[in-house]
Amino acid sequence: MNGWPSEFFIQLLNGIQYGLLLFLLASGLSLIFGIMGVLNLAHGSFYMVGAYLAFWLAREIGNLWLAIPIELAMVLLIGVILESTLFSRLYHRDHLQQVLLSFGLILIFEELRSILFGDDVHSVPVPPLLSASIPLTGTLSYPVYRLFISGACLVVAGLMYVVIQKTRIGMMIRAGSTNREMVQSLGINIKLIYRWVFAIGVTLAALAGLIAAPVSSVYPGMGSQILIICFVVVVVGGIGSIKGAMISALIIGIVDTLGQVVLPEFSGVAVYLLMAVILLWRPQGLFRVA
Amino acid sequence: MSTSHCKAGGRRDFLKAAGCLTTAALLPHRFAWAQANKIKIGLMLPYTGTYAALGNAITNGFKLAVAERRGKLGGRELEYFTVDDESDPAKAPENTNKLVQRDKVDVLIGTVHSGVALGMVKIARETGTLLIIPNAGAAAATGELCAPNIFRTSFTNWQTGYPMGKVVADRGLKSVVTITWKYAAGEESAGGFSEGFTKAGGKVMKELWVPFPQVEFQALLTQIASLKPDAVYTFFAGAGAVKFVKDYAAAGLKGKIPLFGSGFLTDGVLEAQGEAAQGLETTLHYGDGIDTPRNKAFREAYAKAYKSEADVYSVQGYDAGLLLGLGLDVVRGDVSKKNELIATLEKARIDSPRGVWTLSTAHNPIQDIYLRKVVGTQNKVIGVAHKSLEDPARGCKMKKT
Repeated sequence: MNGWPSEFFIQLLNGIQYGLLLFLLASGLSLIFGIMGVLNLAHGSFYMVGAYLAFWLAREIGNLWLAIPIELAMVLLIGVILESTLFSRLYHRDHLQQVLLSFGLILIFEELRSILFGDDVHSVPVPPLLSASIPLTGTLSYPVYRLFISGACLVVAGLMYVVIQKTRIGMMIRAGSTNREMVQSLGINIKLIYRWVFAIGVTLAALAGLIAAPVSSVYPGMGSQILIICFVVVVVGGIGSIKGAMISALIIGIVDTLGQVVLPEFSGVAVYLLMAVILLWRPQGLFRVA
Repeated sequence: MSTSHCKAGGRRDFLKAAGCLTTAALLPHRFAWAQANKIKIGLMLPYTGTYAALGNAITNGFKLAVAERRGKLGGRELEYFTVDDESDPAKAPENTNKLVQRDKVDVLIGTVHSGVALGMVKIARETGTLLIIPNAGAAAATGELCAPNIFRTSFTNWQTGYPMGKVVADRGLKSVVTITWKYAAGEESAGGFSEGFTKAGGKVMKELWVPFPQVEFQALLTQIASLKPDAVYTFFAGAGAVKFVKDYAAAGLKGKIPLFGSGFLTDGVLEAQGEAAQGLETTLHYGDGIDTPRNKAFREAYAKAYKSEADVYSVQGYDAGLLLGLGLDVVRGDVSKKNELIATLEKARIDSPRGVWTLSTAHNPIQDIYLRKVVGTQNKVIGVAHKSLEDPARGCKMKKT
C-alpha cells in the first residue's frame, strides 16, 4: 500500500458504494412513505421476500439472471394485491393504523418465511460473470459484484428521477401527493396510479433484496435489520425527495464507513448523531419538497 | 397433618409423642408425594427468530437424554413448560417469572442469547430456582454472577477464544488483528484469544470492532489489508459469520492473511459459506468426526429421532439432560433436597458426546477444546487445542460445597 492517501480513497470508494446500496434499500420506502405518505413498516419484509425469492428461484432455475424477471413479476403482483386489499383502505386513516397493519404484515411474512424456508442462513451464489475481483493493492481486491450493485443503484436512481420529474405519470404522482382530491376531480384515476406506485415501491424493496442477496446472504430477521437505516435515509433526505434520499444515502454511507476507521468507538452511533444534527438544523430534512 | 395430634405432656404423652414422631419419620409423605407428581421443567429458549434453530436443537437434545432414560429422571416423569424467549433481553425477567411464579417449575433450562440468559440468572439468584444454561456463553453467568443453583453445560466465550491464541502463535504468526462485533460475546472471545496469544509470545496489533449486529465489513477489511498482520482472529456467528467469511475471501484476503476464529464462525453455516470457508481453522468444544463410540451412538440416536444431524447445540441440550438426570437420580427425584442435589451436580462427571467433562467451582464445564478445520461441509476435528480447559471465572467468589 502506498500510505494513507490511497487507503483514504479506497475507504471513500467503500463509503460511496455502501451509500449507493443504502439508496437502493431505501428507494422503495422513499416512494411509498415519501411520495404516497403511507407509513409502511413492512418495507424490510419486502426486502426479505426479495432475497428469499432470489434464493429459491436461483436454486430451482439455477440462474440468477433468469430469476430476475420472474421474481419482479411475482413481487409486483404481491404489491398490487396488498394495496388493493389492505393499504388502499388506510389512505385516509392516520399513521398509527398504517403502522399496525404493516407491523402485522411483518409478523405474517416472518412466519411464512419460517414455514417455507426454515430458520437457517442461506446464501445465493454470485453469478459467474461477476464473481471476479479487481486487485487494488498488494493485499486488497475489490469484488466486481459490489461495483455491479453500485451500477444497478445508479440505474434505479436515474429511472426514478426521470419518471417522477420528467414524465406525465410522474407529474400526476407528484400532484397526487400534494392534493389527492384536486387531482381526482381533474378526472385522473389516482387510485390506479397509487396502486402501481405502491406495487413499484414493493418491487424496488424486493429488487434490493435480490441484488444484495449474493453479498449479504439470506437469513431470518434480515428485513428488520435494514428498516431503521432506510427510515434514516428517507428522513434525513427530506420526505418525498428522491434527490434528497440519494444524497443522504451517500452522506450516511461515507460517514458510517469513515467513522468505523477514524472513530471506531463511536461508529455505532455516528449515523444517528448525524441524523440528529441534520434534523436540528433542517427539521424537514435536506430536500423537503413542497 | 398427623403430627398436629402429637403434643408432649406427661410420661404417657411423651410415649405417645415418641410414637408419633417415629410414625412421622417412617411415613415418607414427601417421597410419596414426589413419586406421584411430575417434575416441572421450564424450557425457556428461542423458538422463533434468528436463533430458532438453536432453540429447537437444544430442546431435541435434552428430550433425547430424557428418552434414553425412558422418559424419567430420578424415577419421576417430567412435565414441560415451554416459553419462547424470542431472544429479547427486555422480556427475559417477565418470561422467567412466568415459569417460576405462575408455573412453579422445579428446574429452569435456558437459553441461547446471553442477554436473556443474564436476565434468567438474575431471577434464579432471587428465587433460588435451579437453572441450567445450555448455550449462552456470557462470562458473568459463571463469573461475577455465579451462584450455587446456576449451572452451565455449554462453554464460556473465553473458552472458545483462549486456546486459539497458542495455536496461532505456535505457527510462527506473531502479529494479529482481531475483528468482532462490539458486544459481550465478541469482546469476551477476542479477549480470551488475546490473552492466550500474548501469553504464547504473540502481539495483538489492533482490535477492530463492528457495531452489533451490523454486517457491513468493507471498511475494516480495507484496514486489515493495509495493516498486513500475520493473521486475523474473529468472532462472528450466524448471518454475520456467513457474510464476513465471504467478504474476507471476496476482498482477496483469504489466501494472503490466514483467518482464525471461534468455532461459531463456521458452525451451522458452512453450506451458506461454501467455497469461501474451505480450510478455515476454528476452536470449539465440539466438532465433526469425533471418533468415539459415545459420539457415534449419540449421533445415530439423534438422527433417528429427529431426522436431522446433531450439532454442538443439540450436544449442549443433551448434556443438560444428562447432568440433571445424574443429580435427580441421587436425590431420587426429590427436587426439594436442593443442597444434596447441588452437591451431586457439582461432582458430576458427564460422559458427553463431546468427551468427558466435569464442572468447575463456578459451575462451568472443564472440557477439551478441539481444533477444527473446514473440509467440505464439515468442521473436521484435527486435534485438541487445549486439554481440560477451565474458565478463569473472574469475579466468582463461590467455593465448592
